[in-house]
Amino acid sequence: MNFKLKDLGPQLVTVIAVVLIFGFFTYNAQINMENRGIDFGYGFLSQESSFDVQFSLIEYDGSHSYFRAYLVGLLNTILVSVIGIIIATIIGVIVGVARLSPNYLINKFAAYYVEFFRNIPLLLQIFFWYFAALRALPLPQDAEAIFGVFFLTIKGLYVPAFIWENFNIFFYSIVAAIIAIIVIRFQAKKLQETQGKQIPVFLIAIGLIFILPLLSFLIGGVSLSFEIPKLKQLAATSFVYDGGLSLPPELIALTLSLSLYTATFIAECVRAGIQGVGKGQKEAAASIGLTPNQVLKLVIMPQALRIIIPPTTNQYLNLTKNSSLAAAIAYPDLVLVFAGTALMQTGKAIEIVSITMFTYLSLSISISILMNWYNKKIAIQEK
Amino acid sequence: MFKYLKQLTSLVAMVAVLFAFTTESMAAKKSKTLKNTQKKGFVRCGVSQGLPGFSNADAAGNWTGVDVDVCRAVAAAVLGDANKVKFTPLSAKERFTALTSGEIDILSRNTTWTLSRDADIGLTFVGVNFYDGQGFMVRKSSGITSVNQFKNGISACTNIGTTTELNMRDFFNSRGISYEPVAFEKADEVVAAYDSGRCDTYTTDKSGLAAQRTKMSNPDEHIVLPETISKEPLGPVVRQGDSVWEDIVRWSLNAMIEAEEYGITSSNADSMKTSDNPAIKRLVGAEGELGAAFGLDNEWSLRIIKQVGNYGESYKRNIADTGILPDRGPNQLWTKGGILYVPPAR
Repeated sequence: MNFKLKDLGPQLVTVIAVVLIFGFFTYNAQINMENRGIDFGYGFLSQESSFDVQFSLIEYDGSHSYFRAYLVGLLNTILVSVIGIIIATIIGVIVGVARLSPNYLINKFAAYYVEFFRNIPLLLQIFFWYFAALRALPLPQDAEAIFGVFFLTIKGLYVPAFIWENFNIFFYSIVAAIIAIIVIRFQAKKLQETQGKQIPVFLIAIGLIFILPLLSFLIGGVSLSFEIPKLKQLAATSFVYDGGLSLPPELIALTLSLSLYTATFIAECVRAGIQGVGKGQKEAAASIGLTPNQVLKLVIMPQALRIIIPPTTNQYLNLTKNSSLAAAIAYPDLVLVFAGTALMQTGKAIEIVSITMFTYLSLSISISILMNWYNKKIAIQEK
Repeated sequence: MFKYLKQLTSLVAMVAVLFAFTTESMAAKKSKTLKNTQKKGFVRCGVSQGLPGFSNADAAGNWTGVDVDVCRAVAAAVLGDANKVKFTPLSAKERFTALTSGEIDILSRNTTWTLSRDADIGLTFVGVNFYDGQGFMVRKSSGITSVNQFKNGISACTNIGTTTELNMRDFFNSRGISYEPVAFEKADEVVAAYDSGRCDTYTTDKSGLAAQRTKMSNPDEHIVLPETISKEPLGPVVRQGDSVWEDIVRWSLNAMIEAEEYGITSSNADSMKTSDNPAIKRLVGAEGELGAAFGLDNEWSLRIIKQVGNYGESYKRNIADTGILPDRGPNQLWTKGGILYVPPAR
């Protein structure tokens, strides 16, 4: 009995304290809201939002509901996070490897990049890219075409839009290619394990991913044309590009600053990971006759990844959360659209802030789970 | 016997408690906000993050503007010194939360009085200190002189969390024009983005446009279009549920407007005490007991007029003389063709 009490006591006290604290805050908020005549409820989510959003991945305008506006903000947050994570990873890996380069120039360049970008506050960098760098871009009427079809202007990047015919056949061809590659990889592994034969899987994969979609064009009836943006005059000195796809400068500035900033941290993770693999590993691998490529792929990387993945997960989470700085430069992310405009128009501060917090929490936890799963997969398999 | 005594005692106690409550509320009639303000010694006032003419801080941190003057008037009435105000600069997004959570006691930040804000979110609007309407600013070189020349694909910069976003949608929708809304959190960023050419037009309240125009790199290159697309009555706001405080703020503003109506200015206020007009005498505290109604002394309005000035003086000092809106337009007294009309202080 005594033993149990000693065990349970502190936990019980903690639980009671937590319940009491939350209870107090809830009670306090309830009383205050009642005094000031503020209703609590999530019913507003189905009401008409009556405000427009600049940039949306789904169909949306002011006649849709606040819930739809929430989805618009959420998708925009996910979009910038996903693009940011991909670009930051690519830059991070390149710079991280470059920091280990024996080439003096590459090595120093990478080192200076890391030191420069990770030591300036992110918000300042966002402002820099948006107000200083993008401001230097030409007005639509002065923009020079890049490759004749891209236009980079102060109002955004205009790219040709794809107009597909029989897009589904093209899509299936890619799916078929991916399935084929997985099957071949599996077979190749089996072959190597049982008969020691090696098949150039990589080359076959590249071939498949090109040939199958190409076939869909030749015999599947798929065709693709482009809609090139055209300059349109709004007033004497006001122009805009019409047609094609437009990427708002807010998205470009935010992605750029987020990825350049986060890439510095990922670069350090990568460098630490590679340096963390003992030198003897490389020498031992070489001594049993593996080629330098195989040494990297089969010996160094699997071990380095184990060191790289956990801190990199943190950086992915940071990037996702930092994307909420978008509000400063008018990129319509979750914070700007939902915790900004929607909050103001409805006055439902507690409801909206709680939904927003819960959403970021879910996003972060999803990334965490995904990365932890990957981490487990590449961890040492104890047998 | 003892049984009855016990009941009697509790009855006496109940009556005493009730009596204590009534005398408290009758004698002091002080609101919680008023009490706290007097205890702290300053009025907590929420203002904009910098809108010339309305609420703007100079390099030394001195706030000026017609919105600022409302808070100063309350400070003069309640604390006897118009300078005893603590200003909190707020973005459009933060303003109502700051007020309802009790961080500030007056929100005087070019805020539009609307039904949903008044009724829904625990706020009470006490009056109008500036009648405004939403307009558009464009570059002169664009050749646009009217909103009728707007075309599909126009991009419009504005602030988030304002009625502007809603009006803009109503306006473009009713005309069937597709547009790109670019909404920033801070006014300075809106101006910077519009100024750089990111947007074709900048839309907000016309007074705001006129004020922000003075901040542009080259103000002469921009014009405000003549059309007004909405009604924007701007005024001070207080928390719901403190009717005495609400009255103090309302009548501080009203006193400024009525003082102008009777020609009482900061320089002649003292001499007006001997005026023949009872309305004037009431306003400078020489007659009646107006201040007692909200637990203040009788010279509350005199202090407002002497320290802050009447509405006309405030307008001239902050908006007209600074070249923002020299013409008072609707913000003229009703006796002079405007729509400023306040209930009588009596």
